[in-house]
Amino acid sequence: MADDSAIRIDARGSFCPGPMMELIRAIKGASVGQVVVVLSNDSGSKRDIPLWSQKAGHEFLGVEEHGDYDEISVRKSH
Amino acid sequence: MRKRLLIIGAGTGGLMVANFVGRDLHGEIERGEISVTLMGEQEVYTYQPGFLYVVFDLMRPAQLIRPVRELLAPGIAFVHDRALRIDAQAHKVLRAQGDPLEYDILVIATGSNLNLQEVPGLAEGGHWFYTLDGALRLRDALRNWQGGKLVLTVGVPHKCPVAPLEFTMMFDEWARLRGVRDKTEIVYSYPLGRAHSIQSVADWAGPELEARGVRVETFFNLESVDPAKHVASSLEGTDLPYDLLVAIPPHQGDELGSTSHLTEAGNWYPTDRHALSLQGHEDIFVLGDATNLPVSKAGSVAHFEAEVLADNLVGLLTEGSPPLHHYNGRAFCFIETGLDRATFISFDYEHPPTVPGATNAVHWFKQTYNRIHWANLKAVM
Repeated sequence: MADDSAIRIDARGSFCPGPMMELIRAIKGASVGQVVVVLSNDSGSKRDIPLWSQKAGHEFLGVEEHGDYDEISVRKSH
Repeated sequence: MRKRLLIIGAGTGGLMVANFVGRDLHGEIERGEISVTLMGEQEVYTYQPGFLYVVFDLMRPAQLIRPVRELLAPGIAFVHDRALRIDAQAHKVLRAQGDPLEYDILVIATGSNLNLQEVPGLAEGGHWFYTLDGALRLRDALRNWQGGKLVLTVGVPHKCPVAPLEFTMMFDEWARLRGVRDKTEIVYSYPLGRAHSIQSVADWAGPELEARGVRVETFFNLESVDPAKHVASSLEGTDLPYDLLVAIPPHQGDELGSTSHLTEAGNWYPTDRHALSLQGHEDIFVLGDATNLPVSKAGSVAHFEAEVLADNLVGLLTEGSPPLHHYNGRAFCFIETGLDRATFISFDYEHPPTVPGATNAVHWFKQTYNRIHWANLKAVM
């Protein structure tokens, strides 16, 4: 998922507002087609972000697990 | 040669840093070895958490406002002006009314502002309690409330992330006391798939809202408002008709950041999460809402950051030492759960919060804090 134009957000340690809020904030500011990558150590992110992506109509690209955190990628579709 | 500390922004973060440093270095300031200057666009400080109480006629605006000069420790200069551009190479800040201010160390505490323009129709069709004017307008709407459908929406990002829950629970009890709850429908919407971004708060709030008869609409990111038809629409494709729309508007950082080419999207300053330095600048620090840190935009965060930053600034100004103290993401939030009970959450980067049961005592602790906040700002508490 190496993408030079991707927006990377380090949301590790973010309980409030939380990784998914950070993702939504970034998606709103991104260009259509751009990828947003969120680093999260919140176990709920893996479950919530695919659900939200589907509901909001953005493309969920997947999760890379790195031991104590996950790297979650979403492409802005519209 | 005299070392000059300049702080932009006379809100909670800016005032507290100025006062902590000013009190610690009182002798150095008196001897002319160090100067501390606070620049603020407003001559008065406004206690924003009080807006929530203004809405329900529980506090008056005059209780929330004090002159900045009265809150400053002796020896700190106050410049009432707007900063127009930071010239980081030249170490100076250009301003609207006078000559540029030069600095050796700069602190940016410019906060965040509502971004109503991001949601078409919101300014015309919505209410909010994140400004004093907005709180007074919502107060007037509630004074005339006879029942109907209230819809609450939550923009991203926003400050004080528990305020949407507090407003909803306070409104529920207020409507019951007014005898109009049976004619009132309350819809609490939230951008995520649960009632709050913090899992433990969501686990607590979901049943609390259900017990109060509040409908929770999840995955609702407000995209537009139709003021004529009274409909709020989400980017997920859901339409919510309303009689009264109470929005937590999305926020953005002050435009000073973008005119200075120092901020990223949303005008947030890229900030080191521990040292609170502006990335790439050893002599510029950022605190409070203005940072891009994944922490709550809340007064308590600005307070805890100010304590750490002030310790580091004292070391830097007196000994030239690098930042030794680290901010750990600490935050503390009271949560009003009605008109006479409250709980609280406390957390940091490593430790998520738990939610204790609401009590009358915590509510009165919060009421007391609302009236002694000034001592906190003055860095004497």
